[in-house]
Amino acid sequence: WDYRRALPYLAFFCLFFFKMEFRSCCPGWSACCLPFSSCYFLTLPDKMKIKCRFQKAYRRALDHEEEALSSGSVQEAEAMLDEPQEQAEGSLTVYMISEHSSLLPQDMMSYIGPKRTAVVRGIMHREAFNIIGRRIVQVAQAMSLTEDVLAAALADHLPEDKWSAEKRRPLKSSLGYEITFSLLNPDPKSHDVHWDIEGAVRRYVQPFLNALSAAGNFSVDSQILYYAMLGVNPRFDSASSSYYLDMHNLPHVINPVESRLGSSAASLYPVLNFLLYVPELAHSPLYIQDKDGAPVATNAFHSPRWGGIMVYNVDSKTYNASVLPVRVEVDMVRVMEVFLAQLRLLFGIAQPQVPPKCLLSGPKSEGLMTWELDRLLWARSVENLATATTTLTSLAQLLGKISNIVIKDDVASEVYRAVAAVQKSAGELASGHLASAFVASQEAVTSSERAFFDPSLLHLLYFPDDQKFAIYIPLFLPMAVPILLSLVKIFLETHKSWKKPEKTD
Amino acid sequence: MAVTYCFSRLATALVAVLLLSFGSVAASHVEDQAEQFFRSGHTNNWAVLVCTSRFWFNYRHVANTLSVYRSVKRLGIPDSHIVLMLADDMACNPRNPKPATVFSHKNMELNVYGDDVEVDYRSYEVTVENFLRVLTGRIPPSTPRSKRLLSDDRSNILIYMTGHGGNGFLKFQDSEEITNIELADAFEQMWQKRRYNELLFIIDTCQGASMYERFYSPNIMALASSQVGEDSLSHQPDPAIGVHLMDRYTFYVLEFLEEINPASQTNMNDLFQVCPKSLCVSTPGHRTDLFQRDPKNVLITDFFGSVRKVEITTETINLQQGSEIMESSYKEDQMDEEAMEPLKYAEQLPVAQIIHQVEKLYKEKMVHYTVKKMNEITHAQRILFSSWDGFDLQCNKKPKLKDWHPPGGFILGLWALIIMVFFKTYGIKHMKFIF
Repeated sequence: WDYRRALPYLAFFCLFFFKMEFRSCCPGWSACCLPFSSCYFLTLPDKMKIKCRFQKAYRRALDHEEEALSSGSVQEAEAMLDEPQEQAEGSLTVYMISEHSSLLPQDMMSYIGPKRTAVVRGIMHREAFNIIGRRIVQVAQAMSLTEDVLAAALADHLPEDKWSAEKRRPLKSSLGYEITFSLLNPDPKSHDVHWDIEGAVRRYVQPFLNALSAAGNFSVDSQILYYAMLGVNPRFDSASSSYYLDMHNLPHVINPVESRLGSSAASLYPVLNFLLYVPELAHSPLYIQDKDGAPVATNAFHSPRWGGIMVYNVDSKTYNASVLPVRVEVDMVRVMEVFLAQLRLLFGIAQPQVPPKCLLSGPKSEGLMTWELDRLLWARSVENLATATTTLTSLAQLLGKISNIVIKDDVASEVYRAVAAVQKSAGELASGHLASAFVASQEAVTSSERAFFDPSLLHLLYFPDDQKFAIYIPLFLPMAVPILLSLVKIFLETHKSWKKPEKTD
Repeated sequence: MAVTYCFSRLATALVAVLLLSFGSVAASHVEDQAEQFFRSGHTNNWAVLVCTSRFWFNYRHVANTLSVYRSVKRLGIPDSHIVLMLADDMACNPRNPKPATVFSHKNMELNVYGDDVEVDYRSYEVTVENFLRVLTGRIPPSTPRSKRLLSDDRSNILIYMTGHGGNGFLKFQDSEEITNIELADAFEQMWQKRRYNELLFIIDTCQGASMYERFYSPNIMALASSQVGEDSLSHQPDPAIGVHLMDRYTFYVLEFLEEINPASQTNMNDLFQVCPKSLCVSTPGHRTDLFQRDPKNVLITDFFGSVRKVEITTETINLQQGSEIMESSYKEDQMDEEAMEPLKYAEQLPVAQIIHQVEKLYKEKMVHYTVKKMNEITHAQRILFSSWDGFDLQCNKKPKLKDWHPPGGFILGLWALIIMVFFKTYGIKHMKFIF
């Protein structure tokens, strides 16, 4: 039987919601007078428009806040202003200070902090409202969703007009990720390398991953590989008496090593590999050169959607003892600085567009600013919603084209679940609850993929018409001729037997 | 007159030089952008290599597929990204005079079976259903990872198929067929779910061009060994093994690929010229209208190799040094390690000695087994040698029979109808001749 449950019709549009709270310590300010509209549109290529809405709240600064805002530097002010409860995701607190306050350096008009706070300097001017309104909008846009972030998230579903590296680099949204740290020691006879990877992961990587935990499950492994060579021979540069790897050789480094990493054996989640390579004694020190021939400061490079490699040169002073193997203790701080930066890039945590005359604070010890996580969750939610809707649409198109596919009950229930999750996610985005919107969008993607990739949806047995005729006519035509003749004979006989009683009457 | 002529020539030369210098400055910038634009946007490579024949006389199809497998591995695609579907009944076939080997050249120059072949679907698992499941991703959840095609929207996939085919179909293991329409639909489903960035489809069968006629999804380039109505021919028989070793088209493609290394810049137009009609007897064909980029900008290594895109890391994060807790745990680790004995390297397995002993054994048993003598050895002696199980490393799999289904109810019902009508027409008295 051709059994199909009815599948629902889905309309998809997008509405974002963003909450801003003003706290002012200047007299006579009122947010209602600020002339920026609470609703604006982001335009993407292919004429897709997304509506964003601000919700403004205003209050005067409390006493302790005023005291904090009159301290000497922004960092002290932030420490004093630490909120007892965490601000909700997707919200922003803007403090307004007076024109002559010394909290910010004199030429800076605004400041973006690491924890969803911003400070904007007010002015006394005829056009004050307009100018301050513009500054606030710029700050808010830097800390929230912008067109390029959205375009990168939706890169698959929009026509590509240019091949941009930023769009290709980030990992696709997934339920979980696996991160593997590997130490490659090609020359164990000369270098006895030790690295405190567990401590480094505990101290530096785990806080970063805890900050990102809303974006998925992370698991971290590490390994040490001996006699693992790079596939490329480095060249000798007599000017600096060191070896170097040219930028053209770097793509060929990864493949010979990858088969030994065992990276994809453990789980079905995407894997990010971070390799630390200690070059052999014959090729020490080894530097990486960029296109212009200058050595790279970090001595590291990364490959989109794969991971990163850093070359760690052993200090030449440790060879003085001249007893091989030399004990090498890896400086994990230097290594983790580079690996965390690469992890940020590979995750697609993009640099924000800082408005002019704005001071941007760097990320704190976790390596991630909270509003960067918000941007990531927004981008991922949009990407998940787009993926789920295209999957469901293509499933519907497939069913329209191939008529002998059967939809079972569990496939239909997955589709219903996916549609409900998409609607819930869009609703939560519209009301500003970012965390639950992201969770709902992940659920939508899982359900829609489970429905699309169900093993029972395989369309086999395609029969073109000429093949059907060719198979069945030689079988049935010879059989059908005597049957038809017999049926004709039966019909004539019964017809005669009906007519007979009439005649004798 | 001559002077003005010289002067004008000089002036044009000067202008040309000036333009050139300006042009080169501008051109390098434009070239950079153009290079970015024409380069492929893929980040990983996959390969699906399918040999659809079984039985000893189809030795050449297995050799074709294994040769492509070797080239693809040599150019960098790892085993975890290759799905290899073979009937795998050549190396351990009782008729193989050299067990555990599959050769692709005359005089047994090149053993493409090797010792690190990883066959993902072997023997009776190579079916149309499994092939379509691999392509579309509709795999039962218990399938191991090596049997899945886990490509994403940034994967370039190479699909190579070989076997016996006809106009619009390809025969799988002498029991079923896949039509060009099913293949086109499978590719369309891959495109809908964005399971590939670009796809290269190569087919080496008779009338191979019919298989790519029906494709309609974007970003597919297809190559075939012969046009509709032509047969693809095999290359050379080997008198020692007794069968044809390879097909012509794949043989010349492999000669072409042997000159490619991971860094080469050869493009697809050169691959289209491989095996002209004089060498191949059939006319190879290709189809590029669905492909967005120009074939001359497509590198061979975009599909056959795995060249990663790489960027230099220029930024770092500032991390603060940890507190004293770190220092104390550091010292504890150090003291623990000093307390332990220094590490020594374990005794390595004497591989060289083992190989030497095996070679001695081989020579003792096969001391007269040179290639010249092979032509003199009779058929019976060949069978005797082949039963020797010295290299029985990979020959211990049993074939699995397919399930037998009883005939369907429709046919039974039809015959019942025929019999009923027959007896109704001609009278029931004929039944007594049966009972």
